[in-house]
Amino acid sequence: MSDAAVSDAVSPQTQSRFITALRDTAFVGLLTAGLCFPLIALRAEADMNNHLELQQRWSWLVAATIAMAASRFITSIFDRLAARIVGVIGVWLILFAGGTAYYATNSHGGVIAGCAVAGLISIGLAAVLNRSNVDAGPAEPTRFYRLDTSGGSIAGNLISIAALGCAIAFPLVMLAWLGPQGSLKWINNYGVQILIYVMLGWGLNIVVGLAGLLDLGYVAFYAVGCYAYALLATKFGLSFWLCLPLAGILAAFWGILLGFPVLRLRGDYLAIVTLAFGEIINIVLTNWVDLTNGDAGIPSIPRITFFGLPFTASDDGFAAWFGIEFSPIHRNIFLFYLILTLALITNFVTLRLRRLPIGRAWEALREDEIACRSLGINTTNTKLTAFALGAMFGGFAGAFFAVRQGFVNPNSFTFSESAAILAMVVLGGMGSQIGVALAAAVMIGGTELLRELDFLKVLFGEAFDPSQYRMLIFGFGMVAMMIWKPRGLVSTRAPSIFLKQRKAIAGALVKEGHG
Amino acid sequence: MRWLSDPLLTVDHLSMHFGGIRAVSDLSFTVGRQDITALIGPNGAGKTTVFNCITGFYKPTSGRLAFAREGLAGHADVETITRSAKRHARMASGDIYLLERMPDFQIARRAKVARTFQNIRLFSGMTVLENLIVAQHNVLMRASGFTMLGLLGLPPYRARERQAVETATYWLDRIGLLSRADDPAGDLPYGDQRRLEIVRAMCTDPVLLCLDEPAAGLNPRESGELTTLLRNIRDDHGTSVLLIEHDMSVVMNISDHVIVLDHGVKISDGASAAVRDDPNVIAAYLGVPGDDDVTEQRA
Repeated sequence: MSDAAVSDAVSPQTQSRFITALRDTAFVGLLTAGLCFPLIALRAEADMNNHLELQQRWSWLVAATIAMAASRFITSIFDRLAARIVGVIGVWLILFAGGTAYYATNSHGGVIAGCAVAGLISIGLAAVLNRSNVDAGPAEPTRFYRLDTSGGSIAGNLISIAALGCAIAFPLVMLAWLGPQGSLKWINNYGVQILIYVMLGWGLNIVVGLAGLLDLGYVAFYAVGCYAYALLATKFGLSFWLCLPLAGILAAFWGILLGFPVLRLRGDYLAIVTLAFGEIINIVLTNWVDLTNGDAGIPSIPRITFFGLPFTASDDGFAAWFGIEFSPIHRNIFLFYLILTLALITNFVTLRLRRLPIGRAWEALREDEIACRSLGINTTNTKLTAFALGAMFGGFAGAFFAVRQGFVNPNSFTFSESAAILAMVVLGGMGSQIGVALAAAVMIGGTELLRELDFLKVLFGEAFDPSQYRMLIFGFGMVAMMIWKPRGLVSTRAPSIFLKQRKAIAGALVKEGHG
Repeated sequence: MRWLSDPLLTVDHLSMHFGGIRAVSDLSFTVGRQDITALIGPNGAGKTTVFNCITGFYKPTSGRLAFAREGLAGHADVETITRSAKRHARMASGDIYLLERMPDFQIARRAKVARTFQNIRLFSGMTVLENLIVAQHNVLMRASGFTMLGLLGLPPYRARERQAVETATYWLDRIGLLSRADDPAGDLPYGDQRRLEIVRAMCTDPVLLCLDEPAAGLNPRESGELTTLLRNIRDDHGTSVLLIEHDMSVVMNISDHVIVLDHGVKISDGASAAVRDDPNVIAAYLGVPGDDDVTEQRA
């Protein structure tokens, strides 16, 4: 790392860069010192006799100034966002180590050394991250153009990979930490539940976010997939692995069937018809008692098996086969990985399609339908494919829901479900995969977390139930979002192909579709 | 006089009524192969309506739009197709399309008539390059095996996509926008957006390019560049150009053939010099003493 810094400093360009960075650093240091002098260094505090007394905290001022100046130096000398972030983390670790060494009364040798080493490693890593960019620049032009393979910047990629790593490790960490009993709630109520909505959000994102068709009845396709598995499994005894594709195909079929007549409509009219379709499906499921058993629902749907091995305590069960002690958590962990796989397939297919002509046509359709027709794009077929694909992923999620619950009834497919999924797509930033996933995690995870806030009962009395207030809190959250981030969490659009440089497109230019 | 000897598009008795309003009535004209043809007339003369009929955005009330894509269309051939229920037939002379029977996207895809719009319609949230790639949708769609092969990322599709990018860079280079290929189209200045829309239409590889007021809002230098671009398009690519334009310096400079409309009827038709001196045209634009006579003629 120090070698890199030395060899960098030799070239005149980096030298001037270094001087600029030093100037920035000095400026920020002075600014911090000036601003913080009245705020941090001097503090008025009431003493025993209620007289104000001026305290002087010079070391705090010095620490703040050094921290700000060092952070500014790092951000000034590195180009890449990832390098800057890692570098700043490194600086803070070193400062923390220094501070502990200076102030600590008893020795924290291990902590200090650890932080200092970690900090140095971070800065070294930052330098490497930054250099890899500089080196790649001149070496690359042999390639003519580049497809957007990731959908985001380096930092965006790091976030995606980190999120994926967390998702994969989540059930195992929970299991190791809380044991089979304690982790059940976290894996099932949080993990699986969030991932179902992530998948539904990604499916709807194709229709609403990419093609710009406002679909208020998405839950209908979820219901079709769910009942497809429930009925095929209970009436004909088909296995889940056979029913999963069937459920997707059936949902896509219903998507096309609905799409043909209604995709001539635009805007509000399309929204109203899809809303009606969602209600129709719900009412049919409630009233067609012969087939669906109405409100009583379909009980005892066959549970998931590990490719034929049931998750039971019997001798031919999963636990016995692998020679481990039986626990109901095994099924939940398997369900978690199953829905994770399904969601990742959805994500992979969507990202791939975005770079194919069909995906570009969807986005073009969202931008300007008339221009699409003037370029020879069959807009009806393009809309239908978007509708059918979105419906298909909804169907997969529905089949998964049925096998996870073991019981379905029409109450799971109300309009509020459609609205929640749509809210995830809009909050996440229309068309952004990572944004939708984040919004799903916040909305579903947030709802569940409210149940955990039992300590609030101390404040508000025993009768207080925090989960009753979740709609109120979401309402506030949505209003705040609409004021400060009206285009969603991720408001920029990543281009699907680029010639020289990938530039994010500001949300203000991207249209939301006509319906 | 190519518009008489080798017509690409033959418009016969075209009428377009909106309720009681006759936007275009009984209009007949021809567009010559590899000509630059200008459609001019005062505001509200029905020029854009004619465009919308040719490109399928309107279904004409009556009339025939015969488009002979490759060769000279014999009168008998056109009559044969008109009597049949078909919209397209391959005759000995080449493909003949009856545009009034085709939906808009098929006109662009099969007959290969491309158009631009009076109020620019770019995909403003997509990059300049993406705009030109979307224009090549149909060839890329076929190369991607209607998405199935493309999903697997097979080499034939990737090769075709590279070719599409090359086409796009070629056109961007022609209009001097190569350096802005990765910028959103909505960020470009107005004149660049106009030219980008024209080359986007060219990326569909059209036989006839219909431009609705391409010089509107351009300064004299940009108009000059536009003129050069249109000439190049015609000379290098063999694409015929049909344009609506109010800027007479552009019209008289590049047009081989000028058609003048007023109140939905044709009042003059011929080479640009002949049209310029036509008293009917002068009357329509400027009015003449004894204006009543002209009004009577029209009625």
